[in-house]
Amino acid sequence: MAQIFHRSTNVISRLSIFGSVFIFALLGGALYELGMSPFYTNVNVAREQPVPFSHKHHVGELGLDCRYCHISVEKSSFAGIPPTQTCMTCHSQIWTNAPMLEPVRASYRNDKSISWTRVNALPDFVYFDHSIHVSKGVGCTTCHGPVGEMPLTWRAESLYMSWCLDCHRAPEKYLRPKSEVFNPNYRPPANQLEVGLRLVKENKVQKLTNCSTCHR
Amino acid sequence: MDSEGSQHASQADQRNLLLEPGHTLGTVTDKISSIVLSRGTTKGWLFGFAVSFSLMMLLLVAVSYLLVTGVGIWGINIPIGWGFAIVNFVWWIGIGHAGTLISAILLLLRQRWRTSINRFAEAMTLFAVACAGLFPLLHMGRPWLFYWMGPLPNPMWLWPQFRSPLVWDVFAVSTYATVSLLFWFVGLIPDLATLRDRAKNRTAQVIYGILAMGWRGSAVHWHRYETASLLLAGLATPLVVSVHTVVSFDFSVGQLAGWHTTIFPPYFVAGAIYSGFAMVMTLAIPIRKFYNLEDFITMRHLGNMAKVMLATGLIVAYGYMMETFMAFYSGNQFDRFLIINRMTGPYKWVYWSLIACNIVIPQLLWSPRVRASIPMLFVISLIVNVGMWLERFVIVVISLHRDFLPSSWGMYYPTRWDWATYVGTIGLFLSLLFLFLRFLPVISIYEMRALVEETQEEKRN
Repeated sequence: MAQIFHRSTNVISRLSIFGSVFIFALLGGALYELGMSPFYTNVNVAREQPVPFSHKHHVGELGLDCRYCHISVEKSSFAGIPPTQTCMTCHSQIWTNAPMLEPVRASYRNDKSISWTRVNALPDFVYFDHSIHVSKGVGCTTCHGPVGEMPLTWRAESLYMSWCLDCHRAPEKYLRPKSEVFNPNYRPPANQLEVGLRLVKENKVQKLTNCSTCHR
Repeated sequence: MDSEGSQHASQADQRNLLLEPGHTLGTVTDKISSIVLSRGTTKGWLFGFAVSFSLMMLLLVAVSYLLVTGVGIWGINIPIGWGFAIVNFVWWIGIGHAGTLISAILLLLRQRWRTSINRFAEAMTLFAVACAGLFPLLHMGRPWLFYWMGPLPNPMWLWPQFRSPLVWDVFAVSTYATVSLLFWFVGLIPDLATLRDRAKNRTAQVIYGILAMGWRGSAVHWHRYETASLLLAGLATPLVVSVHTVVSFDFSVGQLAGWHTTIFPPYFVAGAIYSGFAMVMTLAIPIRKFYNLEDFITMRHLGNMAKVMLATGLIVAYGYMMETFMAFYSGNQFDRFLIINRMTGPYKWVYWSLIACNIVIPQLLWSPRVRASIPMLFVISLIVNVGMWLERFVIVVISLHRDFLPSSWGMYYPTRWDWATYVGTIGLFLSLLFLFLRFLPVISIYEMRALVEETQEEKRN
């Protein structure tokens, strides 16, 4: 009886059967990487804003403190997006006719808020409080990245639960002295773990990993 | 050579044989492979498939509406959070266990009467597990997140809740599906090669050829095949016991009266085998009639299946009796009330139908005349199928609807979508079965050939 299949089937069948393991592993890996990629997390993706606000200019070059605009960060769960009045404290005097700042002036004139596009947001089922993090020694740039170097604003970290857990399980890896919390140029020292462990003890920092801490 | 039909008892039936004498290796192969290759698509098959397919389309509608709208379309509510979905899940999984028992356990116990029934019984298992597996997925509030039940890398760095039997179910049922599929497929390879060699057209040749994976029928191949069979049978055997045990843990690990009892694992496994054999019987009788397989599926097979049904039915009856006894003996007011509620409460008609279907009527199987009567066997097997469904309803719904706090009591009324989904899975099961009957050998050809030599000797004697 004639052969139904060509000789090459011997090779192809073995390759495909044994290779399927690797194919599935590759597929799984690819899906995982996709989930961790900026496509899903928007990390390093500068989003379109009504006004191209530059933190690099205002914080890095002019030296504004974070709290000048984000005023409620030490007292409230929400750090605060500044009202147009905050912008006008300077821009009523300088760059008063700059075309780039027209939406700001229009907002001030018409008493309508600027619709900023939110860059760092958590889902509604997550409860996050800024004030406790700031008061225990978590710096602004630890979570929000080198904002003082960003000409436009983007998210620096994935904000995934795993990323939160990374610090919540071992706060000593990321804590800084309270005086440095609002320093945009702070770099962790070489002995961060040693410093961190001391800070954990001094500031009574707990490893809060109970589900109800954040999912209330 | 062919049996005389239902008018006279065939030689096989008179002498309680496994195969009608007079067959040769050639005729056995011809008879079974011709169903696939020469019989073609008959009007009867088309009709049956059309009905099944329509029911499957009903399933498609029901599932689509469910995914779009949510589980509120079913009758579940507080306190009865589990309704038809879980009842049907346990029912289908239980049915699947008979196929694995026939394929694996009877193989290891060298029971030759498994030969003509094991192929379609194992196919039945696979299709039943496919239907069963739908329900745990569909009953979730967000079925598209089903993969969270598995220990996969995830951006939340969370393991699934390993303390929960619902997670154990994920492992048990997926293992069961995988091993059953492997076992069934490995067993099919020599028969697929037979079909490949006898194929009438190029398409059939190529498709069966690919599936047969190069089987030559050489001594080396047979040796490997026997080893693989034994290994897979060894793997599948503990699954018969463990899978339905884990399913029973869904209930027995909980605190509810009527659920939190240690008798559940053996009781569930016995019940599974009971309902599974009933389904095998329900399928075997029409298959042997419509495909003229009375030579291969003899009264000995049907009689043995009936005996297994009787035995497991008695174990299930013992389970009911122990539940009732323990409820009173324990002194626990909630357990006592549960049994009283089962017998006299709003669902008592379900409970007493259950007793009739599962305990009373199958006692007819003690009689050899009943066991030799095909219509009786068919009716009893259908009744047991219904009874086992009622049993799962009693377990799930009655324990939930009146538990510890009377202010929380409620009633469960299934909606049309509950029924539609259930009937739809029956359609899925039958559609797969019809496809199996059309395209694959319904009986294990090479295993039947092994019986030929034995019956030739019997004939000479």
